[in-house]
Amino acid sequence: MALDTPPLVSELVSPEDLTRVLRRMASSIDEAIAGEDVALVGIQRGGAPLARRLAELLGRTVDVGFVDIAFYRDDVSKGLPDPRVGPTSIDFELEGRHVILVDDVLQTGRTVRAAIEALSDYGRPKRIWFAALVDRGGRELPIAADFIGRTIDVPAGARVVVDPERGALIEGAAQTESAG
Amino acid sequence: MSEHLLDLKEQGRDDIVELLDTAEAFFEVSRRPMRKVPTLRGKTIVNLFYENSTRTRTSFELAGKRLSADTVNMSVASSSVKKGESLYDTCKTLEAMHPDVVVIRHSASGAPHYLARHMRCSIVNAGDGMHAHPTQALLDAFTIRRSVGRLEGLTVAICGDIAHSRVARSACRLLRKFDCDVRVVGPRTLIPEHFAAAFDVKHFDAMEPALEGADVVMALRIQRERLGEALLPSLREYARTFGLDARRLAFAKDDAIVLHPGPMNRGVEISPDVADGPRSRVLDQVEAGVAVRMAVLYRLAAQRRGVPEPAP
Repeated sequence: MALDTPPLVSELVSPEDLTRVLRRMASSIDEAIAGEDVALVGIQRGGAPLARRLAELLGRTVDVGFVDIAFYRDDVSKGLPDPRVGPTSIDFELEGRHVILVDDVLQTGRTVRAAIEALSDYGRPKRIWFAALVDRGGRELPIAADFIGRTIDVPAGARVVVDPERGALIEGAAQTESAG
Repeated sequence: MSEHLLDLKEQGRDDIVELLDTAEAFFEVSRRPMRKVPTLRGKTIVNLFYENSTRTRTSFELAGKRLSADTVNMSVASSSVKKGESLYDTCKTLEAMHPDVVVIRHSASGAPHYLARHMRCSIVNAGDGMHAHPTQALLDAFTIRRSVGRLEGLTVAICGDIAHSRVARSACRLLRKFDCDVRVVGPRTLIPEHFAAAFDVKHFDAMEPALEGADVVMALRIQRERLGEALLPSLREYARTFGLDARRLAFAKDDAIVLHPGPMNRGVEISPDVADGPRSRVLDQVEAGVAVRMAVLYRLAAQRRGVPEPAP
């Protein structure tokens, strides 16, 4: 039996490193999609602040939108883990543009799948890219990110939390081997 | 939220706010070029209407379809009710078709509660007798919140035939949860003696004092069939004493909004210039209706067989 101890928290990306990691992602994006018409769409709610930060770091004016995937989930009939639905706002044309979906953590890939489906209800982008700050492994769909800040295998029981102020943290038995 | 929407008794303030927030997201969906989401694919919604209601039924039907649910309408004229089938047998027959949600409109108060006791699916009350019409109250609240910016502590005057109105009862119940100053006004014959005490609202006999300083004025439909019951002398006299016109509306706040559940009797409970005026939110209410019903169906259908499973 596990002892009732507070969850182990370890730092994955420090607050100071966060800007550096994002800046590197921005320059990869800039390199890959140079000279194209780009828009960033953050996935609610974790991807929203990161999309804003990336847009600033891109150094040119890009449209920023937000998408909530609640209505596109594939597990609706299993109950709603979180009843809150964030606003979706895409106040610009997607047609013919390069759209970069932004999320904080990539795990199963189901959220991105839902976000791609949601996006296509707003228009038909020339290409959809995907940027994630942390790829923690554990995919359940054949999905890969185009731009990644950090890659780390995190056990299923642990949680990766991204906070623009605190950086990226792992909560739970992250690096320790389970004795049981 | 419980697994039925019957009369807003069980729903707390937080449940209502959550529903209205979800409705905001569906309002956005309803305004984009692609007005459909795949959320309730494979779910079945039955609209069981024992009373005529084109608007409410259409609104529920559209809500279900925009959520990608299979939506079927059963109306009294075409059903076996006319052939003498009891409500019990109808619900057992429906149950064998495995619906996820049954939306019911019935002239008998409590019919939705009866279904909730005898069926395994979620029940939504789309109006039962004089008792409750919860989705109407929710769409009113949604419209008020969007127009005024909040629900808490507003002054709301509800005018007309309170006695026969499930709209008034549900509105009172919801608005009192948000500490609104709710005033009901109408002829004595159309406001039950104990109504004000039962719903914790204020009773007025005249329009002008009831509307004084109101943020929201809700006119109710005079049901013409009531004339025969000797409750009203004539429509013309009613319009003269309780009709909502520009002169009376001037007693409300300058930016007060006007609601009406429809269908309107122009020139009776509401004058045409008020109905079509800048304060009228009647068409916003219709638009809100679809969004709010999408939110209700989403919450109920999505909640069934709940095995929460977070998927980042």
